[in-house]
Amino acid sequence: MAKPIPGIMRQERWTPWFYLLPSLVVMTIFIIYPGFNTLLLSFRNDTNTDWASVNCSPGQPCWGIFENFRYALTSPVMQTAFINNIKWIVIMVSCTVGLGLLIAVLADRVRYEPIAKSIIFLPMAISFVGAGVIWKFMYNFGSSQVQIGLLNAIVTAFGEEPVSWLTEPEINTLALIVVGVWMWTGFCMTILAAALRNVSIEILEAARVDGASEWTVFWKIMVPQIMPTITVVVTTMVINVLKIFDIVYVMTGGNYGTEVIANRMYSEMYAYYDPGRASAIAIMLIVIIVPAMIFNIRRFQEQEATR
Amino acid sequence: MNASRFIRWIKGLPIHIVLISLCLIWLLPTLGLLITSFRPAQDINETGWWTIFSKPRGSEEYLSYCAPCHGESGDSIPSADLTNPNLVDDFPRSFNLLSSLNSEIDGQLHMGSIAVPDEYAAADIVSYLKRISGIDDRPVFTLDNYVDALTGYRGKDTYLSDCETGQQSLDLSCDVGDLTNPRGMGGAFLNSLAVAVPATILPILFASFAAYAFSWMHFRGKQWLFALLVGLQVVPLQMTLIPISRLYAQLGLNGTFLGIWLFHTGFGLPYAIYLMRNFLGSLPREIFESAYLDGASHWTAFYKLAIPLSVPALASLAIFQFLWIWNDLLVALVFLGGEHPVLTYQIGNMVTSLGSGWHLLTAAAFISMALPMIVFLALQRYFVRGLLAGSVKG
Repeated sequence: MAKPIPGIMRQERWTPWFYLLPSLVVMTIFIIYPGFNTLLLSFRNDTNTDWASVNCSPGQPCWGIFENFRYALTSPVMQTAFINNIKWIVIMVSCTVGLGLLIAVLADRVRYEPIAKSIIFLPMAISFVGAGVIWKFMYNFGSSQVQIGLLNAIVTAFGEEPVSWLTEPEINTLALIVVGVWMWTGFCMTILAAALRNVSIEILEAARVDGASEWTVFWKIMVPQIMPTITVVVTTMVINVLKIFDIVYVMTGGNYGTEVIANRMYSEMYAYYDPGRASAIAIMLIVIIVPAMIFNIRRFQEQEATR
Repeated sequence: MNASRFIRWIKGLPIHIVLISLCLIWLLPTLGLLITSFRPAQDINETGWWTIFSKPRGSEEYLSYCAPCHGESGDSIPSADLTNPNLVDDFPRSFNLLSSLNSEIDGQLHMGSIAVPDEYAAADIVSYLKRISGIDDRPVFTLDNYVDALTGYRGKDTYLSDCETGQQSLDLSCDVGDLTNPRGMGGAFLNSLAVAVPATILPILFASFAAYAFSWMHFRGKQWLFALLVGLQVVPLQMTLIPISRLYAQLGLNGTFLGIWLFHTGFGLPYAIYLMRNFLGSLPREIFESAYLDGASHWTAFYKLAIPLSVPALASLAIFQFLWIWNDLLVALVFLGGEHPVLTYQIGNMVTSLGSGWHLLTAAAFISMALPMIVFLALQRYFVRGLLAGSVKG
């Protein structure tokens, strides 16, 4: 902490630890201990009675004690999950950040800015489950003449066949990602809008006086200036997307090829009762997130240095 | 309007078009849910919510096929008054109507020179006849869905009509007690409150203590400990579910409120401490200095200075934590389950078991969304501030 603490604030050596104790105890029990325990469980078999290597069957590929990780990395269902998670990350992060930036820039120029921003932001207050119901209704597929889902009503109004959005393998993951985009664009918009407000007006005006088009101003001045914030938003969104569970659980239950890592972890544990495999999947998840964690700590230390 | 202003208006037009259409797209899904939740169950499955202000199903077919003789209101031929429920009851299905239309009346073709409608049109006409005859007269909007969802009613009719005729199922008593029916959203609402309120207060309390120590006290390893805390913010919940549910099974904490309060506390802490320390640490040093000069202890400085000064930060933290817990499904699913079903759990269950009970689902979803939406709209400022102060949440 760069800001020195007044020398007069003398204290007993153990006083700070009194203030820290409740938090440290709770966090140790609920985050640190389970983290290590999950790591241990990922090397154990499905009943936690022996190492995972006993699950190997002769003649089949076997990774010994890493058997659960073989499942987590090579089983078809997990590979579907990985591919889907990559789709989620690429599409959802680019859409939320792109749309968020677009809305932040546009809303700055109109008088109804607060209303527009509230509308985009409102889905953030809704639960994933609520959003799941809202969108399941949007995607409703009626087998009869009448379409009560808005999307299929539009599709049939153009004379096309109605689409079963949530079971059609090519489009269902995309349909789920749309829900995520709908929910999280407001988050990106808010943070990016705050960053845009800090872009120096003098530079913008100077560029405009020199005859730069709005397009050039946006790409050559605004975007470079808010690049650090964009990086933060992207990292945060990647982490959020990796943890996506509720949308998939409520809308398709991971069926029809929509499986994602976090939902698979839940099914392995609470549908198939295999804590070993579930733990291995959880470990995969944290391994993917560790770089983001390090990035966050670095950024924090840089901030502290300039405080 | 002069020329330059007009040109500026034209130039701004694309911005308005893009922005307003985006807002409409964002609003439509929620609007559809809201409107649907107030429509009678039968209407929901017959027509889309966007048709509420158009004419009821079958009215156009009726006008072209029947109105020329029977009149728009159906009572032009006294011997065949189509607003007479007894008469319409003879056509429970469209083919009854079709055969009547195909047969002769007094030696004349029933339809005269007009072509006989096809099956689909006949079905629509039957539905319209039921409407104008009063057999099946429904209001455009109703509160029945909310009553049914709150009481957990699962019958064929509605809770209110069953209670009126005394045909309610055994677990309903038709008084205020039904609001706590374990299958209903009323009881789930209370459970959600019982989970969210303590699980919001506890971590904020603990975090305030810790954040004070991080901001205004000396101790070894402070930097290191805080960096660890920043890292902990992104640990996925999934990492800890299995060991904790095993631990809870041993301690008998599975399915108890205490268990879920503690879990949410543990997971809310890293972010809460981070946000509180950033706020407390940015308070002017002088006020603390002068307090110590006046002989204040750390404890006095904490609860007489730090806490009152950090009310804005506490507010944004509280909103954040509250919404996070209120909207959570995973933790409630694992640690509470059906023992004390919360709103998200109940809806998740309805989605998988009811399939197409849209009248209940839409009302239930809106019941669960109402409180967070109010909190959000009323306290948006604090919400945004909390978001900006630390944009990472586990």
